[in-house]
Amino acid sequence: MALASLQPNRHKGKLIVVEGIDGSGKSTQLSLLAQWLRSQEMSVAFSSWNSSPLVKETTRRGKKKEMFTPTTFSLIHATDFADRMERYIMPLLKSGAVVCADRYAYTAFARDVVRGVSRRWVRNLYRFAVKPNLAFYFRVPLEVAIGRILGGRDAIKYYEAGMDIGLSRNIVESFRLFQGRILEEYDSMAEEMGFHIIDASGSIEEQQQQMREITVRELGISKKTARAGGR
Amino acid sequence: MEVRIPLQFYSDALPDVDVAELQGKLIVVEGPDAVGRSTQVSRLRSWLEQSGHAVLDTGMARSALAGSGIQQAKDGNTFGPLTMTLFYTTDFADRLENEIIPALRAGFVVLTDRYIFSIIARAIARGEDRRWIETVAGFALVPHVVYYLRAEVPDLVSRVVVGRGYFDYWESGMDLGLSKDMYESFVKYQTRLIKALDSMQDTYGFVTVDASRSANEIFADLQRSIEGLFYSPKGETPAKKKIAKRRV
Repeated sequence: MALASLQPNRHKGKLIVVEGIDGSGKSTQLSLLAQWLRSQEMSVAFSSWNSSPLVKETTRRGKKKEMFTPTTFSLIHATDFADRMERYIMPLLKSGAVVCADRYAYTAFARDVVRGVSRRWVRNLYRFAVKPNLAFYFRVPLEVAIGRILGGRDAIKYYEAGMDIGLSRNIVESFRLFQGRILEEYDSMAEEMGFHIIDASGSIEEQQQQMREITVRELGISKKTARAGGR
Repeated sequence: MEVRIPLQFYSDALPDVDVAELQGKLIVVEGPDAVGRSTQVSRLRSWLEQSGHAVLDTGMARSALAGSGIQQAKDGNTFGPLTMTLFYTTDFADRLENEIIPALRAGFVVLTDRYIFSIIARAIARGEDRRWIETVAGFALVPHVVYYLRAEVPDLVSRVVVGRGYFDYWESGMDLGLSKDMYESFVKYQTRLIKALDSMQDTYGFVTVDASRSANEIFADLQRSIEGLFYSPKGETPAKKKIAKRRV
């Protein structure tokens, strides 16, 4: 049976999403892209994974008390996503805005499957999601991502490290194994999902330049303004 | 001697659950709002315990994980239809994995006031895609038996009026904008829910119980049926037969 796919965007607004493992630099790149789009006088809105005011308190508490199973972890993130979709992303797309999403359904497709949830089930779960006009995948070697995470923060979080699935009792080792498997999932769906792959081991400027060029080409934004740091 | 048929999942098995370990019985009481489900569940519980069975009873929005979040969202009247469906599914999954399955493993009789069928019916009543929600809820265990307490809307209305004394915002489906009048909205919404539940009877092998009768009469029917469930020579149940057929 074919896996369920997302709904085409029938609205005048555009949806741009970034994906990649933790430490791939995707959030930095998306905020640079958003600033540039704003400078082009486009109305730009942001939506981050796991940020619904209705749901995030439940997620926060569940994480703190380590209450999640793979299934409830998957469902609560889908609930959060549904709330943002219904009350935020859809109305903005209808209004013609550019919506920038930091992580999207693909995060669930990669992570939840690694946690042991059925691929068919999680693909169906997000069937209500609008297909992005542009999906950037920041591909980065595992060691580079780990270096960035370990260098930048005091502690890796329990669920980020996939500690709940018992890959290793050492949190850094668990993080390495878990993110490594997520990386494989992203790689394996890249073509099917039409990801624009950005080499996230390159310089920030190079990556941003590439993103802007792709955005110009795919969304038909005026070319002369597309250069990073452009005049 | 009782022959035990292992429980099974509707479609997608939960990770890390071995159904062969589940020794208990899973009994579901479904039906529209105000039909008298909780009265029956509490009477069944006492009766089963008096007969020597350990009983766990559970119901919607009672999970440790999502119960309070759902309540807050309901209080704020801010639930979109998809969000509501998925929040309740999260609540159900949390109870299934952390209460229902452990209790079944320990050999309890699990009595549940509503199951995935109410979630599916509410989603259908709100115009969501049936196949979508049925697949989402496919990680549920197929119960040993599902009692569908069925009554017509006028019966429900009189029970709301006599019982609680007012119409509840969500039980009236006010989020659907069917009518500004709560009574009218209640009638329209509950009609939709009953229609949706009716449409699931065959697929999910509901045992339909006429709930327009007195609580005593309904209880007597349920008792008789549950006795059959415990002591049936084949240990086979209507819910299973139908599902087995459906899955071919």
